[in-house]
Amino acid sequence: MIEKTVAELAAALASGDISSVELTQAYLNRINRYNPTLNAFITICDESALQQAQAADAARAKGKNINPLLGMPLAHKDIFCTAGVKTTCGSKMLHNFIAPYNATVVEKFNAAGAVMLGKTNMDEFAMGSSNETSHFGPVRNPWNTEYVPGGSSGGSAAALAADLCAMATGTDTGGSIRQPAAFTGITGLKPSYGRISRWGMIAFASSLDQAGPLAKSAEDAALMLNVMAGLDEKDSTSIDKPAEDYTATLNDSLAGLRIGIPRQHFAKGLSADVETAVRAALVEYERLGATVKEIDLPNNHLSVSAYYVVAPAEASANLSRFDGVRYGYRCADPVNLEDMYKRSRSEGFGDEVKRRILVGTYALSAGFYDAYYRKAQKIRRLIKDDFTRAFDTVDVIIGPTSPHTAFKLGAKTDPVTMYLEDIYTIAVNLAGLPGISIPAGIANGLPIGMQIVGNDFAEAKLLNVAHQFQRETDWHKRKPVALGKGA
Amino acid sequence: MNWETVIGLEVHVQLSTVSKLFSGSATKFGAEPNSQANIYDLALPGTLPVLNAAALGMAVKFGLGIGAEIGRRSVFDRKNYFYPDLPKGYQVSQLDFPIVGKGSLMITMDDGSEKVIGITRAHMEEDAGKSLHEDFHGMTGIDLNRAGTPLLEIVSDPDLRSAKEAVAYLKKLHSIIRYLDISDAIMAQGSMRCDANVSIRRRGTKEFGTRTEIKNINSFKFVEKAINFEVRRQQELIEDGGRVVQETRLYDADKDETRSMRSKEVANDYRYFPEPDLLPVVIDEAYIAAIKATLPELPDARGARFVSEYKLSEYDAGVLVATREMADYFETVANGSGDAKLAANWVSQDLLGLLNKHNWEISQSPIQAQRLADLIKRIKDGTISGKIAKTVFESMLHDTASVDAIIAAKGLQQVTDTGAIEQLVDTVISNNPDQVQQFRAGKEQVIGFLVGQAMQLSKGKANPAQVNELLRNKMKAK
Amino acid sequence: MALDKSEVAKIAHLARLHVNDSEAVEVANRITDILALIDQMQSVDTDNVAPLAHPLDVVQRLRADVATATDQRQLLQQLAPASEDGLYLVPVVLE
Repeated sequence: MIEKTVAELAAALASGDISSVELTQAYLNRINRYNPTLNAFITICDESALQQAQAADAARAKGKNINPLLGMPLAHKDIFCTAGVKTTCGSKMLHNFIAPYNATVVEKFNAAGAVMLGKTNMDEFAMGSSNETSHFGPVRNPWNTEYVPGGSSGGSAAALAADLCAMATGTDTGGSIRQPAAFTGITGLKPSYGRISRWGMIAFASSLDQAGPLAKSAEDAALMLNVMAGLDEKDSTSIDKPAEDYTATLNDSLAGLRIGIPRQHFAKGLSADVETAVRAALVEYERLGATVKEIDLPNNHLSVSAYYVVAPAEASANLSRFDGVRYGYRCADPVNLEDMYKRSRSEGFGDEVKRRILVGTYALSAGFYDAYYRKAQKIRRLIKDDFTRAFDTVDVIIGPTSPHTAFKLGAKTDPVTMYLEDIYTIAVNLAGLPGISIPAGIANGLPIGMQIVGNDFAEAKLLNVAHQFQRETDWHKRKPVALGKGA
Repeated sequence: MNWETVIGLEVHVQLSTVSKLFSGSATKFGAEPNSQANIYDLALPGTLPVLNAAALGMAVKFGLGIGAEIGRRSVFDRKNYFYPDLPKGYQVSQLDFPIVGKGSLMITMDDGSEKVIGITRAHMEEDAGKSLHEDFHGMTGIDLNRAGTPLLEIVSDPDLRSAKEAVAYLKKLHSIIRYLDISDAIMAQGSMRCDANVSIRRRGTKEFGTRTEIKNINSFKFVEKAINFEVRRQQELIEDGGRVVQETRLYDADKDETRSMRSKEVANDYRYFPEPDLLPVVIDEAYIAAIKATLPELPDARGARFVSEYKLSEYDAGVLVATREMADYFETVANGSGDAKLAANWVSQDLLGLLNKHNWEISQSPIQAQRLADLIKRIKDGTISGKIAKTVFESMLHDTASVDAIIAAKGLQQVTDTGAIEQLVDTVISNNPDQVQQFRAGKEQVIGFLVGQAMQLSKGKANPAQVNELLRNKMKAK
Repeated sequence: MALDKSEVAKIAHLARLHVNDSEAVEVANRITDILALIDQMQSVDTDNVAPLAHPLDVVQRLRADVATATDQRQLLQQLAPASEDGLYLVPVVLE
C-alpha cells in the first residue's frame, strides 16, 4: 500500500480499504526501519501523526471535510515552521527552535486533514545541492546509499522515493525541489513565484524562494498544489490570483502542443545518458501530438553568475536575524556584545552558509553594489526576457533537470563545481516561472530527471504535460531496488 | 574671523497609527516591555511584512501638506546593521525612491522676516526598540515594543544658517504635523526626534565644511543649545589650527555639550538593497485626490485668513495659528463673542499666560472656548468692565458655573444707576478738596485720580465713563 | 576579482562572523573562486537594461491599520537564550 500514489490511496481511504491510522502506522514503521540508513527525517512525529490520523478517520466517519488529502501521510521539509514541533532548517543555529506558529503551507495541509509524519532533512538554510551541508548529517539516496539525493529538499525527495511518506513538501530557490526530484526518481514542482505563500517558510533568498510539492506522480502534485496554492494576506509577494483546480486539465490532449528545447541545455556538459533519455521523451511527446522545435535562451549561461549574487545578497540580510538574542543558538559565556554576535553566528552556521553570507555581504558592500547586485538584477531582466520571447512561439520548454544523475557523497567539495549543478534550474527561479521535474529514465541504476518549464502561472499546463507523459511511461513508478519492498 | 553656520535637520516623527508599519502589533506608549512585539517584530524566521495603509496615508498627507512631490512608485530597502534593538539585523527604510520628494516650508523669525527652507525628502521606515541600561547583572535589557513603529524621516536641505532658524524650522514642522494630525510629535516622549547636521564655513565660500551629526536632542530648547555649542566647538577647533572630523556626536543636556560617539565611529556600511519581502508601492491620482480632500487648512493659510477675515495683526495671527488647537479655540471665542479683536487679546494674552504659567496644553485649559466667549460678550454689552472681567476669569478657573452666574453671585455687575454713581461722585468730591481745587484751576489730568478713587470706592463696579462724565459736570457746575 | 585576508576580515566583521587567521586564506580563496564565477556576467553589456528586483510585475498590497496581535510575551520569551523582567538580555550595549 505504501508505494501507491496519493490518488490511489485517497480512493483506498474513501472506500474504507484502509484507515488513515493503519496507513500512518505503516509509514511510521517504514520510517523507523529505513530512516537510520537514509537520514531523511530530522524529526519524526509518531504520536501526533497517529492522533491526526485518528482525527482524520473520525472526520471521515462523520462524512465531513472529505478533502482528497484527508488522512494522507505527509512529510514537511524542516524549513516550514510547525507550531509545537521543532523547526531546524538543517542548522545548529535552530537545533532547538520550536516555532509558536505554523507556516501557511502547514496550516493548509492541516486544514485539509493531512497527517504530518515528521520534518525532513535538508541542506542548511536550503543552501546546497547535495544535502551534505545539513547540521544533522547527509541524506542518502535510496537508489544507492553511496550517492547523494540532491538538495536542498533532499530529505523530502529521499523519503518519498523510499516510500517513507505518501507526499512531501519542499522549497526551491535555485533548483532545490527539481534537482533532488530528478536524483531520486520522483515528481517535483516549483510553482510560479507568488503562487504559494512564503509565510512561515524560513527565508533563504526572498525573491527566489518558492514552496512546492514533491510527489509520486504529476497527478499527486496537482492534488497537493490544490491545497497549497492561493493568496495569503500575510505574504505581500503572494499573488492575488484565484487558485485553480489543477487536476481539471490533467487529461487534456497534447495534440498541437508546442515544445521548445533550448539549444543551451543540450550543449557541452550534458551527460550522454541524460541527453538520450530526454530526447526519447521528446519522441514520446511527438507521438502524443506535440511539435518540438529548438529555441534559444541566449543568456541562460549567465544565470548561475547572477544567482550567486542575488541569492547570497538576500541571504546575507535574511540570516542577520540569527544573532543569539531572541531565539536560537547563543554561544557560551560571551565576553561582550560583539563576541556574542560573532561566536553565536560562527558556531551556529555551517561553512557553506557562512561562505554565502560573506559573498552576499561583499556584493552589497560600498563600491561593489553596482558591479554586482545591480548588474545581477539587470542580467535577471535579460533572462526573464529570453523566456518571454520563447513563450511567444512555444507552450512549454523541455530539457534535462540536471546535467547528470546523482553523484557520490563527498564527490564535489569545491563550491563552484557544486553551484554549476543547478545550471538548468536556476534561470527558472530568476524569472519566477513554474518548472517541474519528472522521471524520464534510469542510467546505471540511478534516475534521470526531465524538466518542463512553463510561462507565468502555467502550472496547470505543466501538470497536464507531465501527467500525459506519465500515462504513457512508467519511469515514475520505478522503485529503488537498494531498499527492498514492503514494510 | 567671519563664519557662516550651515545646518540641515533630520527629523523623525512617529506616525500615530494604531498598529505597526508592517505588523498588527499595537503601538501604545508605555506598555509593559515586549508586550507589543509580535513574531514579525521579533524577527522570528519565516515572518513577513505587510504595509500599514494608514501609515502610507499619513506620509502622503505630509507630502501634500508641504506641497512636495509624491513618489508615485516608492520602494522599500533594507538598511543592514547589527544592534540588539534591531531584531532583523536590518531596518526597512526607503533609499532611492522615497514616498515624499522635494518640498519646502516657510519659517518666520522673531523680527518678522521670512525664509523658505527646502525639504529634500521624507521617507517611511521602522523604528528600533530600546536598550535599557539598568544593571541586569552586567547585562543590557532589550525592549522591542517600539520596534517596527512607523516613522516618517523628514530631511531638510542644508538651508538653515543659525540655531534660531533651526528651532523656527522645527517648530513650523511640528505645527504642520500637528495640524495634519499624523503624529503626537512630543519631543520629550520621543515621538518627534531631531538629528542636526552642523558645519561651518568662512562667509562667502561656496563649499560646505566638514559636518558632524548631533543626535539625542529631545527638546526645542536643546536644539538651539546643542547647535550653538557645536558651532562654537568647530570654530575654536579650526581657529586653533585643527580640523573638524566627520562623526556622530551625542548631545548631553546636563553638561550642555556634544561629545563624540566612539561606538559608532567604525565606518558603517549599510549595504542598502531593495527589500524583497515588499513590492513597490504604487499610488494613483485617485488615491492622492482622496488624501488631498482630507487636508485641513494649514497654519500659513489660516493665518492669512485671520488677518483678512478678523482684521488681526500679522503678529497676532501668527501667535494664534501656531497650533491647530489654539487656532480652533480662538475661532470659537471670536465667533461666539462677536468681537475678534477682544477674542485675540484674551486668547493670546490671558489664556496663553495662564497655560504657560501652569505648563498646560490648550486641551487642558479649565476654561473652555465657549465660556471665554461668554465672558467677552459681557464686556461688550457693558455688564462688566474689562478689569472686572479679569476677576471673573480668575474665578472661572475653579468655578464651573456659567459666566453670568459667577457675575451675579459675586455681585460684579457694573453699576450704571445714575443715583448710585452720583452718591459716589459726591463722596469723592467731598473727600478730596485739594484735587477738586486743582481741577478747577485747570489741571485737567487730576480727573484720572478722582475717577480712580470713585472706582475704588465702588470696588471697580461703577461704569468709569459715567463716573468721569458726572465728576466733570459736578466740578464745573460749582 | 581576488580577495585578500584583510578584505575577508572586513566583510566578516560587517556580517558579524568570526574568521580566524588559519581559515582566512582558505575562505579568501573560495570566495575568490566564487567571484570569478560571478564575474562572467561582466562580459554582457547591460547599460540599457532596467534592473529586475522581483520576478512579478505587481504592486504592494496594504493592510488595514488594526492592532490584531495579542500579547504573547510569555510564550515568545521561552525561546530566548536570556531574559528577565520581560526584557531580552544581551552583553552590555555601549552608547
